[in-house]
Amino acid sequence: MREALAAAIIDATDRAIIDHLQGGFPICERPYAQAAAALGIGEDELLERLQRLLDARVLTRFGPMFQVERMGGAFVLAAMRVPEANWQQVVDIVNAFPAVAHNYRRESDRACPFNMWFVLATETADGIAAAVRTIEAASGLPVFAFPKLREYFVEMKLPVRA
Amino acid sequence: MSESFDAVDRRLVQATQAGLPLVSRPYHSLAEQLGITPAEVMARLARLLESGIVRRIGAVPNHYAIGYTANGMSVWDVPDERIDELGERVGALDFVTHAYHRPRRLPEWPYNLFAMVHGGSRAEVLAKVAAIAELLGPVCRAHDVLFSTRILKKTGLRLGA
Repeated sequence: MREALAAAIIDATDRAIIDHLQGGFPICERPYAQAAAALGIGEDELLERLQRLLDARVLTRFGPMFQVERMGGAFVLAAMRVPEANWQQVVDIVNAFPAVAHNYRRESDRACPFNMWFVLATETADGIAAAVRTIEAASGLPVFAFPKLREYFVEMKLPVRA
Repeated sequence: MSESFDAVDRRLVQATQAGLPLVSRPYHSLAEQLGITPAEVMARLARLLESGIVRRIGAVPNHYAIGYTANGMSVWDVPDERIDELGERVGALDFVTHAYHRPRRLPEWPYNLFAMVHGGSRAEVLAKVAAIAELLGPVCRAHDVLFSTRILKKTGLRLGA
């Protein structure tokens, strides 16, 4: 599995970068130099390591994380029951929509009715209903939206355990 | 668009949604791209961070690659009148990374509380889910755990051009 291979190339410095840079990246003229100094490495080394971690897909992104709701948009979890025979075809259809920010296959031991779970991110709140209708039309399958009614406070950061 | 988010902010989001430039002076590089001063780029980012439009700036790890090979979305059917109290308690557990109240979709879906649990193995996630079940007690009518078996896409927000 590609992800498992990626884990093997993480060394102690990479771990420190991932653990300490999940937030709080400085806003200043040379932020990488400042962040690198806090980690005890040089600016060039931090830049090279970030590029390598991105290339190896250990990091999916490096930069600002946006809350689309605060821009007037919406971020909504949605699910589908996709027949196995059409699985890849539906994956391709769903992933082709730019509004689909993440998509996961999920399975449970209790015959959960939905096996595809994705997040729709749209610039306006109305965009979600439109995206749901478009995906239903393109796939021929019903889409169930699960908008968040309330978010409970959690500590978000995950330390590297690989 | 909300009042605190203008057209230049939108272009700044578009310019950074795939990531910050990996160069010594990334905000200067963005300033050149957007035709504004580096000071304005930095001031706008600081304001977006302050207002919560930017949640944080930093590394977004691939959970699998940093050792969280099991990722369970635990889902719970709890009484609506107690969900906020229970949701706060579940969210406060150190192994829960997201906790939400979401609507049920009956008859397919009776669950209204979603709590994401990450771990190094399914057994570890299931042990954590058992701890949530214990915390909720008999007030919880049913639950399930959905393990992600494949990341099909993970790009994050993409504003159109």
